[in-house]
Amino acid sequence: MNAAAAPHPVLDPAHAPPFPVAALPVLRNPQLRKNVAHAIDVIQAKRARLVEEKTDWQALRSAAAAIRAHALENLGAYLELFEARCTAAGGQVHWASDAAEARQIVLDLLRQENAAEVIKIKSMTSAEIQLNPFLESAGIEVFETDLAEIILQLGEDEPSHIVVPALHVNRSQVREIFARRMGIENLSDNPQALTAAARNYLREKFLRIPTAIGGANFLIAETGSVAVVESEGNGRMCLTLPRTLITLAGIEKILPRYQDLEVMLQVLARSATGERMNPYTSLWTGVRAGDGPERFHVVLLDNGRSRILARKNERQTLRCIRCAACMNACPVYRQTGGHAYGSVYPGPIGAILTPQLMQMRHAQSLPYASSLCGACFEVCPVKINIPEVLIDLRAVVTDQERLRIKRLFDPMYLGLRVAALVFSRAWLFHAAQRMARIGLRPFTKKDGWIHALPSIGAEWTQTRDLRGLPKQTFHAWWASRGKGVARENR
Amino acid sequence: MRASLFITCYNDTLFPETGRAVVALLERLGVALDFHPQQTCCGQMHANTGFHPEAISLAQRFVRLYQDAEAIVIPSSSCVAMIREQYAGLFEELGDTGLRQACAALLPRVFELSEFLIDKLGVDDVGAYFPHRVTYHASCHGLRALALGDRPGRLLAKVRGLDLVPLANLDRCCGFGGTFAVKNGEVSSAMLAEKLRDVTATGAEYCTALDNSCLMHLGGALHRQFAGMKTIHLAEILASTETLRAEARS
Repeated sequence: MNAAAAPHPVLDPAHAPPFPVAALPVLRNPQLRKNVAHAIDVIQAKRARLVEEKTDWQALRSAAAAIRAHALENLGAYLELFEARCTAAGGQVHWASDAAEARQIVLDLLRQENAAEVIKIKSMTSAEIQLNPFLESAGIEVFETDLAEIILQLGEDEPSHIVVPALHVNRSQVREIFARRMGIENLSDNPQALTAAARNYLREKFLRIPTAIGGANFLIAETGSVAVVESEGNGRMCLTLPRTLITLAGIEKILPRYQDLEVMLQVLARSATGERMNPYTSLWTGVRAGDGPERFHVVLLDNGRSRILARKNERQTLRCIRCAACMNACPVYRQTGGHAYGSVYPGPIGAILTPQLMQMRHAQSLPYASSLCGACFEVCPVKINIPEVLIDLRAVVTDQERLRIKRLFDPMYLGLRVAALVFSRAWLFHAAQRMARIGLRPFTKKDGWIHALPSIGAEWTQTRDLRGLPKQTFHAWWASRGKGVARENR
Repeated sequence: MRASLFITCYNDTLFPETGRAVVALLERLGVALDFHPQQTCCGQMHANTGFHPEAISLAQRFVRLYQDAEAIVIPSSSCVAMIREQYAGLFEELGDTGLRQACAALLPRVFELSEFLIDKLGVDDVGAYFPHRVTYHASCHGLRALALGDRPGRLLAKVRGLDLVPLANLDRCCGFGGTFAVKNGEVSSAMLAEKLRDVTATGAEYCTALDNSCLMHLGGALHRQFAGMKTIHLAEILASTETLRAEARS
């Protein structure tokens, strides 16, 4: 089985359409936009209340950022320490340089177990490497156990949020999916009935299937422990019932010390779900006879992360603890939801993480999918300056663009190059203003406003008028004022 | 008190009335103004779209033109944010320590208009008269990058005749974002549609802000929709006095 044989799901950054194109169908879908806005309004309000009650919130953020930054600065040493401690406790550590290698390691481990079926804890990293379709094409049946992931798996849908993956689906849609796929007649859409249906569906799998795959919120170097936080208890089932547990984690998930959890668990729960503490926090170290899994594997995934680590300013991207506060705060995500980002990592963090994981070869529209309003940076519990990284990535895209022939046909590229020249000399700037006034005259209506423009101008005038250029610029007024002929010109 | 005006590229071209209002306001408050005729643009559009070398040369130009100024007043919060947040990084990219030092020395003298009035001149009552119902839009750069806080509110509270209506979801972006409004025109329009619902719900006659870029966005849509509301830069409200209005009527 090679990697090329894996089918491409919708959220593959190498094949996804550019963000503005992918966003269009969502913008025209009132149900979807209502679902997204409603869901994030609820989470945002909960988060805001809990952050406000925490008087040392800014100090906590600084501590969390410092812990994550320190872990990344010394990542190599901490990873080796984690490997040593985890191995000493009876775990087995595997290293995967890319997605294909990680998939193959997981498949080989499952084959050693003769596993035809596997249960899964929600893991964005497994979605990043497109693990499910790969395992299924190898004949292994995968059962997601997180409620939202069940909804998506049964509805043949894709995650649109990293904490609430089925955020774009409302409960009447969930009812329809469950009724159809679980074969339940007369299923009500009240939450109790829906969760009871999921519980029935899951219980049998928890008891029957002895192999589980999960992710990790944190890897603790000092002790070789792995931490998973969750809200439903399905994770706890997957971590304790099976004989074999395979944990897949990005190499950046390292925390140096056990004590660091004190800070990280506080900021994560408040930022992610607006809770003081998340309902289930599972921590385990290797294996223990007669208690939990007998065999425990950790697959450590690089998949582009060390390249990000090597870049001084972009490195902060890897501090991310996947709380999703940035997407909940983002006015762009609010309109488009997650699928438009063409990646399992949507929203502001996805806009910086995805193109970098793709080594800036794909997903190049994502750094531009932001108005740079700064709401993401304001809420980020590990202080990732997302706008700053977005701008840096835009510079990388532009520098690639400079070498391409097609730039000569891109009005935005040409416009900005010409503008740079024009702004370099005041006399050129003033000449350009005069030319613009003449050039825009045919488009200016009697009321002094422009209602339609050609080329990229049409992107503006599709929904907005533009006031025609005033007769006198400010600097011309200032000059005439000096000569005593100033006229108010409103 | 002496101050240099920086009337950024789009204000010079599209909104000269804002610059004229700043002149009227500050001269009324006894500030002697100069205006450097060589000024063009702060480089924000280039920096934010990924054209770093172009942005660097515009940043150099700004520092060279203004390094001897006593105070620099800029009636545009996003241009001030560009200068404060990005210049140092751009000069570091260029590897020019001399420019970095000149920039660091210059930054404490760069003021957004409301900062200049409240922090430098120490006034919140500028003697303005504007008998209208007004709502204030906090542009993202003013709100987050400059942390203007209650400065605009304090200035507006002292304007005679003005009825200030609070705007819901004040911290939400209007969707302008410079080239974002064109590169992602549809998403930008969807953000604008949501913002306009909050703005028009105030029932105000005017929507004001400290950044004409947001106002160009909101105003363009209000005009398109015959919404019966106008946009106006805060400088123009503060420049307006009973005497000036009487003169304009006669």
